[in-house]
Amino acid sequence: MKRIDLVGFAAGAIAAHPMRSALTSLGVVIGVAAVVMMTSIGLGAQQRVTSAIGGLGSNLLIVSPGASRGPGGGFVSQGAGSGVSLTEDDAGAIASQVEGAVAVAPAVRGGAQLTAEGANWQSRVEGVTPDYLTARDLTIASGRMFDETEARQGRKVIVIGQTVATELFGEDADAVGKRIRVGAVPFEVVGVLTSKGQSGFGQDQDDIVLGPLQAVRSRVVGRRVQGDNVQTIYVKAATAEDMDRLQEDVTNLLRERHRIRQGADDDFSVQNMASIMEAMQASVKTFTSLLAAVAAVSLVVGGVGIMNIMLVAVTERTREIGLRMAVGARRNDVLFQFALEAVTLSVIGGIIGLVVGIGGGFLMAKLGDWPVAIAGWSIPVSLGFSLLVGVVFGAYPSWRAARLDPIEALRRE
Amino acid sequence: MIEIRDLEKVYRMGEETVAALAGVSLSIARGENVAITGSSGSGKSTLMNILGGLDRPSRGTYLFDGEDVSHFDDNALADFRNRRIGFVFQSFQLLPRLSALQNVELPMIYAGMEPDERRARARHMLERVGLGARMGHKPTQMSGGQQQRVAIARALANAPDLLLADEPTGALDTQTGNDVMALFKALNAEGLTLVIVTHDADVAAEADRRITFRDGLIVSDANGGRP
Repeated sequence: MKRIDLVGFAAGAIAAHPMRSALTSLGVVIGVAAVVMMTSIGLGAQQRVTSAIGGLGSNLLIVSPGASRGPGGGFVSQGAGSGVSLTEDDAGAIASQVEGAVAVAPAVRGGAQLTAEGANWQSRVEGVTPDYLTARDLTIASGRMFDETEARQGRKVIVIGQTVATELFGEDADAVGKRIRVGAVPFEVVGVLTSKGQSGFGQDQDDIVLGPLQAVRSRVVGRRVQGDNVQTIYVKAATAEDMDRLQEDVTNLLRERHRIRQGADDDFSVQNMASIMEAMQASVKTFTSLLAAVAAVSLVVGGVGIMNIMLVAVTERTREIGLRMAVGARRNDVLFQFALEAVTLSVIGGIIGLVVGIGGGFLMAKLGDWPVAIAGWSIPVSLGFSLLVGVVFGAYPSWRAARLDPIEALRRE
Repeated sequence: MIEIRDLEKVYRMGEETVAALAGVSLSIARGENVAITGSSGSGKSTLMNILGGLDRPSRGTYLFDGEDVSHFDDNALADFRNRRIGFVFQSFQLLPRLSALQNVELPMIYAGMEPDERRARARHMLERVGLGARMGHKPTQMSGGQQQRVAIARALANAPDLLLADEPTGALDTQTGNDVMALFKALNAEGLTLVIVTHDADVAAEADRRITFRDGLIVSDANGGRP
C-alpha cells in the first residue's frame, strides 16, 4: 500500500473520536507547554542574572575592607566594608604595581539629601576618581566628568544620574551648570550620566551622584571614613581571562602592604564579579534543568496517556484489525497505522503545547516584569520529544495490533 | 485452480491435540460453484481459513494456481488474500466509521491503487451489486441485505480468483438471503469461482457441488447432477 493512505487511516480514526483524541493529546500539550515555559523562565532568570552583575561593570574586581570568609576563616563575616582598612595609597599601589589593571577606582559612598531650585531628593552619593567611569562601564550623556586635578583639589563639582537630574530639574532640563546642595554643601553639576536603567537587582542605577573623592569624603560621608581611607576599590581587568590572575596579584599586594603574616586572614576582601556571575549562572542553570526535568515528567505522563488510549483502541478495534488483515493488510501496515495514530496525537499535542508554552512564556514575562526569553532550541526539541513520546508509547499498542491473529480478531465481538 | 493434498490442521488444547482437519485432499477448478457443509466442529471453517490464506496447515500442501501457499510468509499471505481472495462473512464485517464507498475501497488501498482509480472502481462495484444510490451511506444506515451487498462489492474489488463466503445468508431473512444467493449465482455465471461454507441445506442445494465434512474429513463430494 501507499504510505500516504496510512495518513488517511490515522486521520480518520482520530477524527472519529474528537473528544477522546483531544483529551489524549492534552497530556502532551501540558507536558510540552510546561517544558517550554520552564526553560523560558530559566533563560529569563539567566539573562536577569547576567544583566544584574554585568550592570556593576564587566571584568570587575571589587576590593572591600574587612575580613572575607575564606577557607579556615571565621564563621562570621564582619560584612564587607564594615572595617576600614583600605586607603587611596592601596589603590595607587594597585594601579602602579599590578599588571593588567585597566582602571583602578577608589570610592567612598554615603547618602545625602539633595536640594536644588526648591526641589529635593534623597540619593546615593559616591566619592570617586575619574577612573570610576571606566571601571563601572559608565559614560557621560552631557557635560563632562570632573578631572584628576579637580578630584585631588577637592573641588565641589558633581556628575549626576538621569533620575537625579529629572527629580531635581524636571524632564528634559539641562542640569549641566546648575547648582545642587548635597546636604548643606553646594556643588556644581558638570555632567550627567548616560542612563543605565534599572539594575537586575531592581535598583535604579540612575539614582546616583558622583563627586570627587576628597570632597565627598570630607563633606558628605563625614566621620565614618577618615584620613585617606576608602570603602571600595574597583579594579577593572582588560579581559575576562585575566580576572583570576589579577585577583591573586591584588590580594598578594594588599597583604604585603597591610603586613599580614603568612596564615593570617586578609583584612580586606576581593570579589571577582566574573566568578560570582559564573556561580550564579550555574545555580540558575541547575534550577532551570530541575524545572525542565519536572516538566519532562509530565510529558512522559502524557505519553503514558497516549499508550493507555491506544491500547483501548486496539482492543475496541480488534475486529477492524482482523478485517483489514483479511482484505490484505500486512502486519506492518497495521503496525504503522496505529503507530502513526499515536505519533499524530502526540505531535499535534506537541504543536499546541508549543503555542501554549510560548504564549505562557510571554504572559509570565509580562506579569513578572521579566525579560521574554523563549529558547530557540526549545521549539525543535519539544517537537522532537513529542514525536519521540508518540513513537515510544505508540510502539507497544501498535505491536499488539500487528500481532493479532486475523481469525481470532474477526471472531471477536 | 486449487489443489489440496493430505491437508492436516492440528490444534493443541492443553495436553491434548485436536485435529480440525485430518488429511483432506480436494481439487477445485476455475469457475466452480462449491458448497462446503457440515456441522460445527467438522473442520469446514478451518478449511475455509486455510483456503483464504488466513491460516496455515500443519501438514500437507495447498497449491493455488500451482503455487504452494502453505509455505508463504505473513506478507506473502497478506498479498495473496488481497489479490486472489474475496471474503464474505456472515456478520458482513464492514467498518462502521466508513461509508459504503470507503469500505469497498479498502482492499484496493492495500493493493496500492491510485485514489482516482480505486474510487471509480468502487463506484462501479457498488453499482453492480445494485447500491449505486447508497455509496455515501454508513453501514448503520443500511439494511442487512444492503450491508452484505457492500461486503460482496468489497470482496470483488481486486478482481479475485476465488470468492470465499462463510454463511453469507446466516444473518439475513429468507428474501434478502435469496437475493444474495442470486447475486452469487450471477457472479459465478460470469466465471468467478465460488466456495460457500454453510450448514444451511437450502443454500448448499443451490451449489453445483456439495462437499460435506465430518470430524475433519470429507464424507461426501457430490456433483449436483452436473457433468
